[in-house]
Amino acid sequence: MGKVITVIVAIVLIGFILWWFFDKHEQVEVKAKKTGGNEQEVKITVDGGYSPETVVLQKGVPATLVFERKDPSSCLERVVFSDFGINELLPQNEEKKIKFDTSKAGEFGYACGMNMFHGKVVVK
Amino acid sequence: MMSYKKRFIISLVLSLPLLVDMVMMPFGLMLPAYNWIALVTTTLIMALSAYPFWRSAWASFKHHHANMDTLVAIGTAVAYFYSIFAMFTGRPVYFESAAFVTVFVLLGQVIEESMRDNASSSVEKLLDLQAKDADVVLGDKIVKVPLAKLKVGDLIRVKPGQKIAVDGVIVKGNSSIDESMVTGESMPVRKEVGDDVIGSTLNLDGTFTFKASKVGEDTLLAQIVELVKKAQNSHAPIQKLTDKISDYFVPLVMIASILTFVIWYVCLGSTPVQALLYAVAVIVIACPCALGLATPTALMVGTGRSARAGVLIKNGEVLEEVDRLTAVVFDKTGTITEGKPVVTDIVAENEKEVLQLAASLEEASEHPLASAILAKAKAEKVTLLPTADFISYQGKGVCANISNKDVFVGNKHLVKEKALSEKLKESYDKLQEQGKTVVFVGEAEQVIGLIAIQDAPKKTSKEAIELLNKKGLKTVMLTGDAPKVAEAIAKEVGIKEVIAGVLPAEKAKYIEELKEHETVAFVGDGINDAPALTTADVGIAMGSGTDIAIESGGIVLMKNDLLGVVRALELSQKTFARIKLNLFWAFIYNVIGIPIAAGLFVGVGLTLSPAFAGLAMALSSISVVLSSLLLNRVKLSV
Repeated sequence: MGKVITVIVAIVLIGFILWWFFDKHEQVEVKAKKTGGNEQEVKITVDGGYSPETVVLQKGVPATLVFERKDPSSCLERVVFSDFGINELLPQNEEKKIKFDTSKAGEFGYACGMNMFHGKVVVK
Repeated sequence: MMSYKKRFIISLVLSLPLLVDMVMMPFGLMLPAYNWIALVTTTLIMALSAYPFWRSAWASFKHHHANMDTLVAIGTAVAYFYSIFAMFTGRPVYFESAAFVTVFVLLGQVIEESMRDNASSSVEKLLDLQAKDADVVLGDKIVKVPLAKLKVGDLIRVKPGQKIAVDGVIVKGNSSIDESMVTGESMPVRKEVGDDVIGSTLNLDGTFTFKASKVGEDTLLAQIVELVKKAQNSHAPIQKLTDKISDYFVPLVMIASILTFVIWYVCLGSTPVQALLYAVAVIVIACPCALGLATPTALMVGTGRSARAGVLIKNGEVLEEVDRLTAVVFDKTGTITEGKPVVTDIVAENEKEVLQLAASLEEASEHPLASAILAKAKAEKVTLLPTADFISYQGKGVCANISNKDVFVGNKHLVKEKALSEKLKESYDKLQEQGKTVVFVGEAEQVIGLIAIQDAPKKTSKEAIELLNKKGLKTVMLTGDAPKVAEAIAKEVGIKEVIAGVLPAEKAKYIEELKEHETVAFVGDGINDAPALTTADVGIAMGSGTDIAIESGGIVLMKNDLLGVVRALELSQKTFARIKLNLFWAFIYNVIGIPIAAGLFVGVGLTLSPAFAGLAMALSSISVVLSSLLLNRVKLSV
């Protein structure tokens, strides 16, 4: 009896893992907010990933990305924009402002130092 | 939140009683009330040292992500909560598994963290080489001005032993300068009025004043640091594979762990505890970190090391292209050769007289060959004679009266009607054969001597090209010069194939053609070679750091020397080889480690407890970072 239950539980768990991690889950895009003058700013919380994962910036408007890392994991302690040579340490529970060049339109991916977590900045 | 180091030390100290018990066990001894001691210390370890893993794991779980923390969290949580359950139902406990996994994983993180910092900081240290201030000349006073306040146009005095603060041009004095920190050139360079100096290089023996031309972020050093930082954080295409894997890796490991439990318990009939230990070992040994670290750490160390050798590699993509190279195409003038013509031979009865007459005549001329003759005269300390009745024949040469004699210097068109001895004719043919430009020097109607002029190859060109030939690369010269001249130089330095008479604008077209059958690197000095540099699979710019070179080359050589090409190719190949090696080990580690942890080799007595699985996991990511750091020590042939 115990073995039957074990098998059932295992199947349910595996099914859950497949659904939770591999099934497509909706990701919201967040547009940057205009701040005083002609600038834009968007806040990204770093906690088990980047939320929001995709931010949208307006082309040509100077932008600041504000990262706040809540997660203690060393996986997330750096943020790397490989297109821009940005590799910044994110101190835990502090806001880290990173200036972002919006002169070119396009999609720019970023990742944590170990390239395990990914986020995206869309300039249009 | 506590640092890894603190968390590690806490977990280590608290796990000591468990360690003592483990050592005593074979002697049949046990700590009194072991279960209670274990419960208390392990609970503390979980709360203080392991909890951050759980927290991160939960946070990423909510985002549908799983990472290394997920694995460590599940591994430790399962062992810990099972042990509590076991303790109160009278079964054997496994607190030490939870405790030791935490200790080992944190140990790995501490070591890895310090090594990673070590790998990334090497280039930023370059900026520390900068002088902190400079002696600015203001009228007849000298004022110390901090680096950040220097402006373009400032006159800066540099004494022996001082660092040069920013980039500029010498206006007074001369000195030897050690530029090794920027160009990788170990020999000091002699600099005089009009020569460029580079910020952060070291003045050795003379005092001079220079005018600042670039300050702050515009200096060569700042640009290099910026470039290398970009390269270090760039992506190598090979990484795309690991990016994909990392998305699936951890969930698949969790599934593997569940299957391990089910197979052991349901199919093989082992006890639930034994099955659980195997399942936990699988979770703990799997190491996505090693995979994730393999490429970036090697890229970081490799590009940093290259920068210190005067080779700037733009990004990870360049590394992979270099690995596939089959041909290297060289520009001739300024790349293989010095870029300025020099007198190589003087053929005459009286060599000094011929040189003196030629130099005196050419003094007024602006022809590029004239400067070669004048430079030779200066080097030989020949005094120039006054000339009268100077006539210049466009495209032929010049005539004048020196000491009441009609003297001429010119090419073959000028000497058509003049007398030329058999002996000189023979020498002329021989020099032509060697690809040299020959000018005739004569008195009245008689040619009295020949001066051969050539843009000679750099001293190191031959050695560099030999090394490239030895590597099995096809070497090609692409030049606008006449075929004869080009072939002579090619023969001298050992280049196999020559494409001569190419207009600057056509160079890119020829590269395009070569690319149909070969993977091509183009080596040029960057000024008019920009299209060819960008067309080639790998553009190697030798511009001693001019802006255009930095822009258009995939690899930039700080030193104007072809051995740099050999060095650049070797460093790229070694770095890329290291990336592949790292990835290979990271894969193999997981491919072998997970089955061992799952108890697949229990038949041959090979099993891993969860604690040792944790140790193996920590060691695997450390070994990858260590392997990358070893790139700092690889030997180069030049």
